[in-house]
Amino acid sequence: MSDVPVYDSAARPPAAIEELLEAWRYRNLIMEFIRRDIVTRYKRSALGVVWTMLNPLGTMLIMMVVFYQLFHVTTPKYPIYVLVGLIVWNFFAQSTGAAPQTLLWSHTLVHKVYMPRTVFALVAVGGGIVNLLLSFVPLALVMLVLKIPPTMPLLFVPIAIVLLCMFTLGVGLLLSAVVAFFPDVLDIYSILLTAWLYVSAIFYPYDIIPISYRWWFFNLNPIYHLVLLFRDPLYYGNWPSPGHIATATFVSVTTLVAGWIIFARRADELAYRI
Amino acid sequence: MSLPTASDAQVTMTDGHSVVLRLENLSVVFKITKERITSLKEYAIKRIRRQVVHEDFWALRNVNVEIREGEVFGIVGRNGAGKSTLLKVIARVLRPTHGRVWVRGHVAPLLEMGAGFHIELTGRENVYLYGSLLGFSRTQMDEKLERIVDFAELWDFIDAPLRTYSTGMVTRLGFAIATDVKPDVLIVDEILGVGDEAFQRKSRERMLGFCEQGATVILVTHNSELMQSMCERAMWLDRGEMKMIGPADEVAAAYHAASL
Repeated sequence: MSDVPVYDSAARPPAAIEELLEAWRYRNLIMEFIRRDIVTRYKRSALGVVWTMLNPLGTMLIMMVVFYQLFHVTTPKYPIYVLVGLIVWNFFAQSTGAAPQTLLWSHTLVHKVYMPRTVFALVAVGGGIVNLLLSFVPLALVMLVLKIPPTMPLLFVPIAIVLLCMFTLGVGLLLSAVVAFFPDVLDIYSILLTAWLYVSAIFYPYDIIPISYRWWFFNLNPIYHLVLLFRDPLYYGNWPSPGHIATATFVSVTTLVAGWIIFARRADELAYRI
Repeated sequence: MSLPTASDAQVTMTDGHSVVLRLENLSVVFKITKERITSLKEYAIKRIRRQVVHEDFWALRNVNVEIREGEVFGIVGRNGAGKSTLLKVIARVLRPTHGRVWVRGHVAPLLEMGAGFHIELTGRENVYLYGSLLGFSRTQMDEKLERIVDFAELWDFIDAPLRTYSTGMVTRLGFAIATDVKPDVLIVDEILGVGDEAFQRKSRERMLGFCEQGATVILVTHNSELMQSMCERAMWLDRGEMKMIGPADEVAAAYHAASL
């Protein structure tokens, strides 16, 4: 009888812990959902995976025309600068938007079968990671074309990815918790994202912002800290400073823990809210 | 998941069959706003004007039942009587507001119309997807695949996308996956009416076979004849409360008389 699962609604661990244990137990489902999303995304397009790589390249080219021709930027290696920013931003914007979206689309499932509800945010971020890794291919090509030699600080990139994922998952969960109750928040969020993009120095050199504004724009902006963690090794060829790593880690861990706890406490209500 | 505790001492009943499912003073209360508020803007405005009025809706009130191993247990009741809510509580989709649910073993819900499927994926890919919903890994599903497709009689279509399937084919595939391995508790919600007659007979036989092997089936239906022919005991739910519980034919007769 020891391997027979017993469900007792009166003996539950705290919601966040239970959610964590169940998410681990349902890891097959998470992988299967990620696979489903990727397969269906590319099934009907001839170029398939190539689109994921062409997308940031295309945007990079547009930005190059705009900023070289119109604003006469003098930033050296500007293509790398903008490409790194875009890759990080796209991952963040797409995954956080997809988390509540997947949850809403899966309402028929949520009504019928038990699964930890964090699955949907995890799947959104998991699918984002696949795209993120794919978009490093065009980045490597551009670096090759511009003859930028690989440096030791590149070893920091995986750590930067982990921190970025934690922050993204946290935001995705917070957003899902709110959107399940108020779907219109998703519209507000997409407007907010546009504004956020413009204050994060993704595609313009950070020094075009007047010094007096910089503190507000960048120090209080978690995404800017995370972008820097990628730009340091990939663009400047430096190791990020310890203080900077500490700030980014603090922000990411706090966001993830807060998002996880808040979402898990709301998860029970989801089955009749969405 | 907690380990079995002292309360398990009570589960073995005098006739030797053990209890697999127990509902104790179970109530589910939904807090509903009088008008449905779906946007933050609306909520903020009404909140300020103090117009957000919450009302308690008792979807289930004080339900008590013990279901034993190998039993086919029927639940009848009109629309909105709380049947689906009860199934959701058993399937762990909803949490009880008051009282307690205790279930031993794997619970397999039959998803109507393949809620766990994706239409762009092939039948084969969907087998793996659905399997993962029931908690099986890819390797475990590899072993099951052949039996599943055999039972669903879908070898000719298994590599075609699901959007090309008919409703009956999707239902057959869903039933074949959910019932490939004997679950401890199988939840069936008004689904046996789908598929052609031969397949209906086949699926009914499989369900009865499970019961002989000790599985428990919980069957929800409007159809009192179907319930009489399949179940031993039944419960009649009316507006969230247990109106009657007892031998299936008595419950079916009373329910039938009341709905005339």
